[in-house]
Amino acid sequence: MKKLRRTMLFVPANNPNMIMNAPVFKPDCIIFDLEDAISLKEKDSARDLLVEALKTFEYCNCEIFARVNPLYTPFGKDDVRELVKAGLRNVRLPMSETDEDIKNLDVLLTEIEKDLGIDRGTVKILGAIETAKGVINAEKIAVASSRMLGISFGAEDFTRTIGSERSREGEELFVARCKIVLAAAAAGIDAIDTVYADIEDEEGFEREAQSARKLGFAGKSVIHPRQIGVVHSIFTPSKEEVYRALRVISAIQEAEAKGLGVIALDGKMIDGPIVDKAERIVTLAKGAGLL
Amino acid sequence: MEITTIGRAGTLESNDVMITVDFTKDDGLIIEIESIVAAQFEEQIRAAIHEVLEDMRISKGHIQVVDKGALDFAIKARLKTAIKRAEGGNQS
Amino acid sequence: MSNMIKNAINREIPKYIEGIGELKAFGGAFAYNPEGKKAATKIPKTFTGKNKIIENIKTSLELCGIKNGMTISFHHHFRNGDYLVNMVVEEIDKMGIRDITLAASSLQSIHAPLIDYIKKGVITGIQTSGIRGKLGEVVSREKILDKPIIIRSHGGRPRAIESGETKIDIAFIAAPAADAYGNVNGVEGPTACGAMGYAMTDAEYADKVVVVTDYLVPYPACPISITQTLVDYVVVVDEIGNPKGIVSDATRITKNPMELLIAQKASEAIITSGLIREGFSFQAGSGGASLGVAHFLRQKMRQEGITGSFAAGGITGYLVDMLEEGLFKSLLDVQCFDLKAIESIKNNPNHMEMSASFYANPHNKGCVANQLDIMVLSATEIDLDFNVNVITGSNGIVMGASGGHSDTAAGSKLSIVVAPLLRGRLPIVVDEATNVITPGETIDAVITERGIAVNPKRKDLLDLFKDAKLGVMSIYDLKEIAEKLVGKPRKIETTDEIVGLIEYRDGTIIDTIRRAK
Repeated sequence: MKKLRRTMLFVPANNPNMIMNAPVFKPDCIIFDLEDAISLKEKDSARDLLVEALKTFEYCNCEIFARVNPLYTPFGKDDVRELVKAGLRNVRLPMSETDEDIKNLDVLLTEIEKDLGIDRGTVKILGAIETAKGVINAEKIAVASSRMLGISFGAEDFTRTIGSERSREGEELFVARCKIVLAAAAAGIDAIDTVYADIEDEEGFEREAQSARKLGFAGKSVIHPRQIGVVHSIFTPSKEEVYRALRVISAIQEAEAKGLGVIALDGKMIDGPIVDKAERIVTLAKGAGLL
Repeated sequence: MEITTIGRAGTLESNDVMITVDFTKDDGLIIEIESIVAAQFEEQIRAAIHEVLEDMRISKGHIQVVDKGALDFAIKARLKTAIKRAEGGNQS
Repeated sequence: MSNMIKNAINREIPKYIEGIGELKAFGGAFAYNPEGKKAATKIPKTFTGKNKIIENIKTSLELCGIKNGMTISFHHHFRNGDYLVNMVVEEIDKMGIRDITLAASSLQSIHAPLIDYIKKGVITGIQTSGIRGKLGEVVSREKILDKPIIIRSHGGRPRAIESGETKIDIAFIAAPAADAYGNVNGVEGPTACGAMGYAMTDAEYADKVVVVTDYLVPYPACPISITQTLVDYVVVVDEIGNPKGIVSDATRITKNPMELLIAQKASEAIITSGLIREGFSFQAGSGGASLGVAHFLRQKMRQEGITGSFAAGGITGYLVDMLEEGLFKSLLDVQCFDLKAIESIKNNPNHMEMSASFYANPHNKGCVANQLDIMVLSATEIDLDFNVNVITGSNGIVMGASGGHSDTAAGSKLSIVVAPLLRGRLPIVVDEATNVITPGETIDAVITERGIAVNPKRKDLLDLFKDAKLGVMSIYDLKEIAEKLVGKPRKIETTDEIVGLIEYRDGTIIDTIRRAK
C-alpha cells in the first residue's frame, strides 16, 4: 500500500527529548534535522545523537527521514554515510537545485550501499526545492534518480531567492507550489508542501494546509506537534468521499472478476483516473483510521 | 594519535547529559557520575559509559557525567562526541 | 515486628506509635464506619468589648494561654507567599514554649525556617496535606521529628478536626482583610487570596481563634468568609504575606505539546464515557495537562450546547471564563488560584466559596466531591493496582501534597489520572509506588501519551474505550513500554524508620513514609 505522507514533522537532531517523544504525536513522517536547526558547532554532536537514536528506537508507525547538510558542506557526506550505516533509509536533501545535486547523492548512496552490503536503491531521496533555480528545474529533479520518492518545497529560502517576503496570502508561492506539484505528479512521486513558521497563527496555517490539499500536495512539512492534527484533518477525506471511493473499487473488482472492461457506476463511466483517485482516498481514509 | 586534550558534549536540558572527557590526566580511568536519577539508574548509566569506552578502546582519562535524565542512547552519543572532540584537540 | 499489620493494599502499618496512639489500618475506600460524636468547643464567656484588636502576636499567644504541648493550626491559601506560620512559630520559640504540634492545611518551601524550630524542640509534631521544598527533604531524610508527620487529604483534615482527633488549641487565620471585631474576608487587601475554605473548619473547632491581618477594614468586613462569632482576637501586622507568592495574574492553558496531547486524549476518553451531558459536574487538579482537559471539553460543550452544573475545587481564571460564558452554572471554590478567580468570587454570586469540609469531608452528611461526575487527577507514580502517589518523589522525598486527590477520586463517577508515561527518565507506571495517597479501587483510568489503561473493575469503561479505539492497553503494557525506553529503575532504598503516616480520608492509615537514605 502506498505510504501516507500527510505530515512531515521536523525535529532538531540535537534534542534527545524530542527525538524520543516525536512519535507520540503520530506524524506520518519525522524529519530529523541536521541542517538549519543545528549550529555549526553542534553538527558533530547532533549527528552522533541521531546515529545512536536510529540504532536504538523502533519508530514503528512513522517513516523516518533525516535532513542532512548539503553535500557541498564539510558535513553532508559524513551525515549520509553515518546515518545510513545506523539504519536511515530516507534522505531529505536540502537545496536541491539541479538534477546533478540529486545524482551526486545517488552516487554516494550507491557507494555506501555497496560498502554496507545492502541492496542498491534501498535508500530513497526526497529532494527539497528551496530556490528559484530549483523550482525551474523541478521536473528534472523529480526524475533525477530512481530513488526519488518525492520533492518538497521550502518557502523561506525560496522567497529570499526571488526577492520577496512570505505573506499570509501566499501569492508569492503560488506558481512555485503548482510547478512542484506538477513535476511530482508527472514523475509519479509525492509533493510535500512548505512549513508554516508562525505556530501561533493557527488560522493562517489552516488556510495554507487547505490550499496545499487543493493544489495536489501529498502532505505538508510541520515544525510543531500542534500543527499535525490540523493537517491530518484537512487531508482526511469526508465520509461521502470514502463511501463513493469504496463503491468505485468494489464495482471495478466485480467487473474484473467478470472479465468486463469498461464499466459504469451511477451512469458514469469508471476509468483509470477515477480508480486511481478512489484508491488514493481509501489510502487516506485507512491512514486516518476511518477504515 | 596521542590524546592530550579535553572534550565536552551535551547540555543540561531535561533528558540530556553533559559529558566532559579529560585526557590530560594520566592517573587511570576515573568516571564521576552526577545524576538526578542516580538512585534508580546509576548502574545503567555506568554500563552505558563502559560500553562506549570499550568500543572506542579508551582505558584512561577523567570522565565527568552530569546527567539530567538522559536515556542510554543519549549518554552513549554524548560520550562519543566528547571523546572525538578531545581526540580532535577541540577545546569546546 | 508484631506491632506491624498489613492493610488492604498490602502496606505494612504500625498498630501503635508513641505520641500518636493506636492506628487503624486502611481497610478499603468505603469500609470504615466511624463511631462516636463530633468534638465541641468550650462555651465562651460573654464578650462585651467593641473591638478585639490586641497589639501583637505575642500578646495573642499569651491571651490564648499558649503552653507546652499545644496544637496550633494554619491554612495555606497564601501558598508560597505566607509569612504567618514563620512569624507565629518564632514568637512561640522566644516565649520558651516547646512541644508544639503544627496542624497546617499545607506547607510550602517558604516554611523552611521551621527546620530550626523542629531541631530546637519548639515543634514536635506536624500534620499537613503536603510539604514542598527543603522542609520536606529534611523531614524525609533526617529523623528530626520523634513523631512521624501525619499527611491528610483536604477532606481528611476537617474530618480529623470535627471528630476531635485533632484538637486545635489555637487557630491562626491569615486574613487578607478583617475588621476590628474579627470578621474576615479573602477578597480585599494586598494579599487577597479569594476563598478561605481551608480555614473555616479550624475557626469553628479551635478553642481559640486569632485573626492576623495587614489590611484592617471598617466593620463589617463584607463579604464575610469567617465570622466574628468564632474569633477571639485580631492582630494587625505590617505584612502577612507576599502577594507574588500567593496568586498569579491568570492561569493559562499549557503550550507544552506533550501536556496538550495527554489532555486531548483524556478529553476524548471523558467524552467517550458519555458523562459530558447536560448538567454534568467537573473538577481538574493542578498541572498543565489537567487544565488542558478543561480546554478541550470546553470546545465540545460549545459545539453541542451542553451546560455543566458546576466545576469545583481550586478555581482558576479558566474555569471563571467558562462560568461567565455560561458553560457552567456555578463554581464551588475552596481556594482561588489566580487574580481572575478572586475577582470572580468577589463579584459573581454563582461562584461560591466552600469550606474544606463542605468540599471533601467523608464524615459529614455529604460533601461536594460526592457530587462530581468527572475528576481529572495528576500522579507522580501509579502502580499496577492503580494506587497513586502524589506525595513523595521516586527518591522517597516528600515533595508534593495529598490535596483533594483521594477525596475526589472516591467521590466522583469517573476519576482519571493524566500523566506523562515518563518524567525525565522516570516511568510513572511502576511495580510498586514509593507511597500511596489514593487507593487504586477509586481510580478508573490512567491516560498517558503512549496509551490508556483502564482499571479492570471498570469493564464498562474498558468496553467503551475499546470500541472508540482510544489506544487502550493493560497497565502492565504501559509499564513495559516505559521500561523498554528507559530501562528498569532500581527500587530505592529506605530505612525502616517511619517519618510519616499517610492517613486515608476516613482516618485509617493507608501508608507510611520511610526515612529516605
